[in-house]
Amino acid sequence: MANIVIDRIRKSFGAFQALKEVSLTINDGEFVSLLGPSGCGKTTLLRIIAGLETSTSGDVRIGDRSIIGLVPKDRGLAMVFQNYAVFPHMTVYENVAFGLRMQKADDARVKAQVEKAAGLLHIEPYLDRYPNKLSGGQRQRVAVARALAVEPKVLLMDEPLSNLDALLRLEMRTELKTVLQSAGTTTIYVTHDQTEAMGLSDRIAVMHNGVVEQIGHPVEIYNHPATRFVGGFIGNPPMNFIKVPVSNGQVAAGAEQLATPKDVGNEIVLGLRGEAVELAPLPQGLEMKVRVAEPMGSHLLLTGSIHDQPVRVILPASETVKSGDTIGLKLDSKRITWLSPESGKSFPAVLA
Amino acid sequence: MSTKTMSAAEAAAKPASFVSSRRWLLWSGIAALCAWVLVPIYLVALGALGGRQGVYIWPKTGLPTGISLEPFILFLKTEGVVQSFLNSLGAAGITVALSILLGAPAGYALARYDFRGKDSYRLLVLLTRAFPLAILALPLTVSFIRLGLYDTIVGVGLIHTVLALPFAALVTQGIFLGVPKELEEAAWVFGCTRVQAFFKVVAPLALPGIVATAVFAFVISWNEVFAASVLTVRNRTLTAYLLTVLSESPMHYRFAGGLMLILPSVVFIFAVRRYLFAIWGISSK
Repeated sequence: MANIVIDRIRKSFGAFQALKEVSLTINDGEFVSLLGPSGCGKTTLLRIIAGLETSTSGDVRIGDRSIIGLVPKDRGLAMVFQNYAVFPHMTVYENVAFGLRMQKADDARVKAQVEKAAGLLHIEPYLDRYPNKLSGGQRQRVAVARALAVEPKVLLMDEPLSNLDALLRLEMRTELKTVLQSAGTTTIYVTHDQTEAMGLSDRIAVMHNGVVEQIGHPVEIYNHPATRFVGGFIGNPPMNFIKVPVSNGQVAAGAEQLATPKDVGNEIVLGLRGEAVELAPLPQGLEMKVRVAEPMGSHLLLTGSIHDQPVRVILPASETVKSGDTIGLKLDSKRITWLSPESGKSFPAVLA
Repeated sequence: MSTKTMSAAEAAAKPASFVSSRRWLLWSGIAALCAWVLVPIYLVALGALGGRQGVYIWPKTGLPTGISLEPFILFLKTEGVVQSFLNSLGAAGITVALSILLGAPAGYALARYDFRGKDSYRLLVLLTRAFPLAILALPLTVSFIRLGLYDTIVGVGLIHTVLALPFAALVTQGIFLGVPKELEEAAWVFGCTRVQAFFKVVAPLALPGIVATAVFAFVISWNEVFAASVLTVRNRTLTAYLLTVLSESPMHYRFAGGLMLILPSVVFIFAVRRYLFAIWGISSK
């Protein structure tokens, strides 16, 4: 077990900069997700840590030891690949034992470790089968067991669940969390699926265009995105961004006056989570024109506009709003994020 | 009521007849293909084993009457036959070994690495086949005499390697491309050097294809006659030997020679059929 320091890693493919000075510190035993849309550099970063890709400049240290020049096998880490990468010509047992065999572990230790890992992932019944007799979910369990069997200092996972169908993914997600919590391994997990990242991670690093836009606890990232991109990428529906005029450091939301951060211009962007509102009578509430109302069972999803800018808000399922209605909304001032209209960056949270 | 049962019976009969006609088509196709391959071999064998009378008998019965191994053994006892057979095996062995040892690494490099001039290299590899051997025959003979390779099996093996190598490199490239890179990367991460990963993971998975490539190289060498005839005088390969000797031989000797040319390839392919089937997807288990 060890902490990982990623120090100003850059990676260029010709003129294209895949990673622009990425720095991250991951603590011992922590589970950190690299989350972002495809092409944001998250997989490249993971492969640089694994030693499967070389960085243009920068350093990676695991527990104070620089690993940047080392071949993958000397880095003391294990990896789970997107398409499992389970060796088809070996039995499940030999697959799980592969890393230990390469370390020249004696048979007793191999057996003990394989059985332990197989027990954690519930694959004991398949140990003497070949992978082509297994389903996708079972293969992924084998891949995870293979990684855990070597008791790595660091575990890297590259979209391990993306090849599974939706139901299996949910099941494996819960199971992964249980297994990794008990193993306590420092884990870096690459995904483009925000629910996976939210559910599994101690911290999430949201990446965009080769830059870490924000790193923090999932709830913190959800409630207080550092940039407009983060707010728009995380959450379903994404965060609403409404450009509003500022007068005397205040923004009018219906009858209510909301305090803005100090030293802002004439305009500011109001970042609003869809569920951080409640119904209020007009004219006290902020006026919203509802274009479409979709009852989702658990909640009511409204799509429409505020100040002629598109928004999506969520109300309790018990409310009876119809398409075409004009409603009033009371905003939860503690859950508003203020963003600069020019840079798209958010201001520090205002203390009410 | 009766019409109802009639139509039901018809409906049941229709797919059944469809299935049976499909099956009939399948088996007649198999029979035709088998006949295509087996009938000529059978006729050659008949000629080789039937002796002098067997060859000239008319009308041909096509039945294995009066066959014995004697004419064939007599042919084997002819001076030079066994030696040239062994020479052929030797040349083919050298060709197989060298084209795999040189061609497979080239194919691996083409499959796994991006390097400047990769496409031109690939074209260049094929270009070695662009020069007809007839043009090269004289300069080759001269330089082989200088190098002391003339009239040796090693020399013939080298030339056959040149013929087989382009195919070996390009075919193995396709085979290595078929082994997912992630498997190799997983091997690296879990403690293998590049060389170890190749032998522990890539090679076992590529084996069927490599064996098929070996068959290919073997057949190229075994069937080649021009270079073998030009570059040897006494140490002839079987094809070169038969070409010069059989034109003056009786008919059943020619058939015996033909059979001897066919059999090793058939036996060799039969021996490695498991791997060939695997790569052709008939059975990947």
